[in-house]
Amino acid sequence: MNNILIAGVGGQGIVLASKLIAFAASGNGMDVMGAETIGMAQKGGSVTGFLRTASAEKGEKLYCPMFPKGKGDIIIAFEPSEAVRNISCLKKGGTVIVNTNPVMPVTAALTGGSYSGSEMTDYLRELEKGSYIKLFAEDMAARCRELGNPRVLNILMLGLTVKSGTIDGITAEDIKNAIRKNVKPQFVDMNIGALESICS
Amino acid sequence: MHKEYLMGNAAIGRAALAAGMSFISGYPGTPSSEVLETAAKYRTDKTYVEWSVNEKAALEAAAGAAYCGARSMVTMKQVGLNVASDPLMSLAYVGVKGGMIILVADDPGPISSQTEQDTRTFALYSKLPCFDPGSVEEAYRMVRDAFELSEKYRTPVILRPTTRICHGYASIDVYDESEYLEIPAEGFVKDSSRWVIFPKLSYNAHMAIEKRNRELSSLLSSYEGNSFERGTLKTGIASHGISAAYVSEALEGLSEKPSFLKVGTPFPFPEDLAVGFLKSCDEVYCIEELDPVIERELTYLCGEYRLDTHILGKLSGDVHTAGENDPSYVNSLINSVLGNVLQTERMPDPPALPARPPVLCAGCPHRASFYAVKCAMKGKKAVFCGDIGCYTLGNAKPLDMVDTCLCMGAGVNIAQGIGRADPDTVCFAFVGDSTFFASAVTGAINGVYNGADMTLVILDNSTTAMTGHQPHPGTGRTMMGDIVEKIDIGAVLKGVGVTEVVTADPFDHEKAVRTVADTALKKGVKAIIFKSPCAMLIRPEKAYSITDKCTGCKGCIRKIGCPAIVIENEKVKIDTSLCTGCGLCAQVCPFGAIER
Ligand code: SF4
Ligand code: SF4
Repeated sequence: MNNILIAGVGGQGIVLASKLIAFAASGNGMDVMGAETIGMAQKGGSVTGFLRTASAEKGEKLYCPMFPKGKGDIIIAFEPSEAVRNISCLKKGGTVIVNTNPVMPVTAALTGGSYSGSEMTDYLRELEKGSYIKLFAEDMAARCRELGNPRVLNILMLGLTVKSGTIDGITAEDIKNAIRKNVKPQFVDMNIGALESICS
Repeated sequence: MHKEYLMGNAAIGRAALAAGMSFISGYPGTPSSEVLETAAKYRTDKTYVEWSVNEKAALEAAAGAAYCGARSMVTMKQVGLNVASDPLMSLAYVGVKGGMIILVADDPGPISSQTEQDTRTFALYSKLPCFDPGSVEEAYRMVRDAFELSEKYRTPVILRPTTRICHGYASIDVYDESEYLEIPAEGFVKDSSRWVIFPKLSYNAHMAIEKRNRELSSLLSSYEGNSFERGTLKTGIASHGISAAYVSEALEGLSEKPSFLKVGTPFPFPEDLAVGFLKSCDEVYCIEELDPVIERELTYLCGEYRLDTHILGKLSGDVHTAGENDPSYVNSLINSVLGNVLQTERMPDPPALPARPPVLCAGCPHRASFYAVKCAMKGKKAVFCGDIGCYTLGNAKPLDMVDTCLCMGAGVNIAQGIGRADPDTVCFAFVGDSTFFASAVTGAINGVYNGADMTLVILDNSTTAMTGHQPHPGTGRTMMGDIVEKIDIGAVLKGVGVTEVVTADPFDHEKAVRTVADTALKKGVKAIIFKSPCAMLIRPEKAYSITDKCTGCKGCIRKIGCPAIVIENEKVKIDTSLCTGCGLCAQVCPFGAIER
């Protein structure tokens, strides 16, 4: 069973990321359920997607796409404050995969707020030290720049997730297959390239 | 059958096609829109699909198709049913020939809606059978059941998923195309005693409906969507929809279980099943979203059958009355009811989190339109009536340009009322192109007829952006893929007697401000059409950037609040991955420090 929460800012490509994991999992014979934020919040607001996989063979059963607080295995956060905002959904010892590059909300820019993202990453590191969480943190904006493409953030986050080895039963190869089946043909190579730049 | 990973709305659209539906109409509205979009995508050459101009038109068109014996569906969100309620109430009496599903998506929370109204209550009010699915899989199955029931009893049937079903995903069994039903429509058979509503018909129909619903109540007690699992405890839980799934999960693994009633047809209520459940319990907790429909029914049944089972829920103050349920809430509620103590792990307190409300996109033309009106009306007493769409987000700071928002098309009439009661105010109403066609044309006519003084600002971005970019009468495209004559908003306004109709480009800031200033103070109903496509629909142009002429005054941020303008290391910067190159900021910078 994987209880996954994908969190980020509307427009970061969360829906596709979640769809690719779901596709990979169901391709491997797992039961999958998911839930997305669609609508108003998508416009630059905080968004979350739930994803659960279960193996009927192991007697696991899914009732609904969302899971209670404290039952999450993995948070994949596309933005550091969004990881922290959702941290209570994680079980003790759960995994946080996070892009450390912050997205400044307009409100913070307006009020001269001091949000820089590093306070969030520092907090996550503190949780890691206290063994509350396992942490995989990386500046994905830097990676996107290296690849010269801001639109592969979601694939890079999936790459980091697979590389962390904390997601049950899904390999980089499964994600690649999912990309081939779900992404417009002209973008397949670009996305697979981005994935391979993190984990092959 | 084969397995597919589908969104709830996609499952409903696909199930309808598989059940031989040949007509589907609707008006976009979150969380319902993808049902019709899916039907359009997978339609066969026998399916007709349309986005209608509003929900009333959509429901009436679908009724016409069902009069002919076609299986039809009409889709909308819960507030859309208010618009369609006039034909709905009468159609309940007249009935249909082909199966007809009224798909109404409810939105507990509310997440993307104005109200937390409950379509189950609307079903009770209109006396129409209602299906309430608890999972994506069940929604898929209920579509076929609903069509069958509709045809058999010659009545439209309501299917009301909620947001978490609509936008939930699951891998489910779906029919292969070879298994799709074909339901040929017989065509319209004239019979004025059936299709023309008259007081006599209504009286007879009313009696028949009450009789039918009593019959249905006992029939539905054995429907698989309603279930009663006897537990080991004298406590019972009654629930519905996605909340019932949360309950099932919370009960898993408990050694001592409460009895559990899941209601999949809230109306007509499965009375026999519910009475059996009530008899097995001393107390029952009703875990519902929106209205306490089950709680009221069970309380009524206790009176009717003289049972002393104690019914608890929203009405008794034991369950929260507003907002959606989530697994955590349901889990802790059930455990506290059963006296179980849940262990929680406390982590160190997190730092203060930045608020992140939704905002207009970078490069959104609405930002430029609002800002132009704001500049033109600086220092004047003006009221800005908003409406439903992306542009509701114009209320956020720094624009702060939405003073009222009520429901689709309301702004244009509210502006007129404010103008009468507060005559020295300059009154504006902002409305999008899709909303204009859906329900603001009548408001414009009302203003012209009654001699109101107001300015109607049409934010024409050539799409229905908020709900996912659906076409509308002004776009010249239909859901059948046809290219048709675009209905010209300016011509419509002139046609209904608005004499002053001007069109402006919101991104030509100075000129836009002048246009507003010249137009707004004139007498009568005037219209300004700000024409510029939604930023999501066009290729971004080269991004702007901040040069060293920038003094750090942050004027650009304070004036327009574009999300692409950020502060990094105390310096104002443009995030080139977000900037669409609209150029608005460059026009508002007093130092000319923003360049391409
Ligand atoms: S989707 Fe289009 S209309 Fe809506 S906020 Fe974004 S740019 Fe503006
Ligand atoms: S040009 Fe300026 S206002 Fe327009 S999208 Fe770019 S940063 Fe925002």
